[in-house]
Amino acid sequence: MHEIPDAPLLSVSGLTKYYGERIGCTDVSFNLYEGEVLAVVGESGSGKSTLLSLLSTELEASAGSIRYRMRDGIVRDLASLSEAERRLLLRTDWGFVRQDSTQGLRMSVSAGGNIGERLMSVGARHYGNIRDKALDWLDRVEIDQSRIDDIPKAFSGGMRQRLQIARNLVTHPRLVFMDEPTSGLDVSVQARLLDLIRGLVSEFGLAVIIVTHDLAVARLLSHRMMVMKGGRVIEAGLTDRVLDDPHQPYTQLLVSSVLAA
Amino acid sequence: MSTRVTIDPGPETGYNFAYLDEQTKRMIRRAILKGIAIPGYQVPFASREMPMPYGWGTGGVQLTASILGQDDVLKVIDQGSDDTTNAVSIRKFFERTAGVRTTTHTRESTIIQTRHRIPEESLKEGQVIVYQVPIPEPLRFLEPRETETRKLHALAEYGLMHVKLYEDIARHGHIATTYAYPVEVAGRYIMDPSPTPKFDNPKMHRMAALQLFGAGREKRIYAVPPYTDVKSLDFEDHPFRIQTFKEPCALCGATGVYLDEVIMDDRGGRMFVCSDSDFCEGRRADGHHGAMLADAPAALTGDNDHA
Repeated sequence: MHEIPDAPLLSVSGLTKYYGERIGCTDVSFNLYEGEVLAVVGESGSGKSTLLSLLSTELEASAGSIRYRMRDGIVRDLASLSEAERRLLLRTDWGFVRQDSTQGLRMSVSAGGNIGERLMSVGARHYGNIRDKALDWLDRVEIDQSRIDDIPKAFSGGMRQRLQIARNLVTHPRLVFMDEPTSGLDVSVQARLLDLIRGLVSEFGLAVIIVTHDLAVARLLSHRMMVMKGGRVIEAGLTDRVLDDPHQPYTQLLVSSVLAA
Repeated sequence: MSTRVTIDPGPETGYNFAYLDEQTKRMIRRAILKGIAIPGYQVPFASREMPMPYGWGTGGVQLTASILGQDDVLKVIDQGSDDTTNAVSIRKFFERTAGVRTTTHTRESTIIQTRHRIPEESLKEGQVIVYQVPIPEPLRFLEPRETETRKLHALAEYGLMHVKLYEDIARHGHIATTYAYPVEVAGRYIMDPSPTPKFDNPKMHRMAALQLFGAGREKRIYAVPPYTDVKSLDFEDHPFRIQTFKEPCALCGATGVYLDEVIMDDRGGRMFVCSDSDFCEGRRADGHHGAMLADAPAALTGDNDHA
């Protein structure tokens, strides 16, 4: 099994974002370790997506800090990284699986090219090797290898999400952000995708932050969860504890409004 | 002293030398100097309206006008040829607005403005070749946002360029890009060598002449100084290769040159002739002849005058 080091991989404290007068999210703090899946749940407008954009450095925080332990073991404040370092981090050590696959994939580039892009961006220049890696990853995410030269436009919703995962994991990132990866998929496809993500998380010891409004997804995937409302974290803890014994009235409402979570 | 007899009565009056005003030329020369200082980097410039439509070489014409002196000898090529529309009209333009000598001979020229080809004869020190560029941004079709492509250049993030080549091999079994084939200049910037066939890419590597590129509509100038490394992108297991031709030129018998296919009739008759018309004429003048020289039409052998 993977050894869990003492220092957290990601350490967030007092993270706050204001859009002018309005609060995007405020005073969010948590630690994330390798191999750990953290679910962020809440209704739409609760600040989940703002939080994810802040963590992935797509947005600049109004206050607070995000500290990340780089591959060389040195902990750095993400705000202090240069743009080049930040972008390198995004395409090597991090992954981002998006809700809308057209934003996470290059829709006019073949599946193989989509998977190979990260490899080529870090200097892979051998076509045969890139292709072998792409085939291997298609296999891992349960896409038929014969589809390697097809473009994602020809793929179903579930296949596109699996392709996004392959495209992100090919460089063996340590931290993956997922924004509603299963929404819009039918239930059986969702189940397979969740199975796949669980398998990959344990195989690679990934740390995952998954944003979802679906408590069933949170229950199946995550070790810990944070409930957000109005830009604040109102409840956080082990997933089973939060779902089985919710303390906050809002969380109780959330849990009771799901049919069979 | 003229290499050709000018049919026009002489340069037009009422224009500044070479059409552009001196302030504009200074602005363009500054952009050129910056381009030379940073090989392959696209320098923005305040492109002017020229008396010709975009796509006809407005960028190249502005470069030529800015570097042209009284003593220069100008050659203009369009698709390798000196006597096609674009070449004839641009040559006339400078004959009339600058009164400079023009020539069709690569060797005699000091400035060569070109669309689509680099002459077969190697260029020398002291010569300048000016390319007309329609789309200067090699990443354009992969990343449509200009703000993003500038960032990619600034950070030298060029993985995307190889994604394009990967797609070529995946679809066609080989790199099917045959023109505007991306190159890396001086180990840093990725550059679009304008729509020249990839056959000409090796000629750009360590060329003795100065290479200038002008895109009028897109308002960009870039440059490759003499003796600069220009490397065509490729994969280790799919190395860069230029086009090859089975037969020699049907008029002059030259091999290892870029050939144009000419359809002769409606029964499948065709011939392959040098794209570089000056090179072909020179070889024939030296006594070389190809298989079909005797029965080729006059329009092809160039017996009619380049007006």
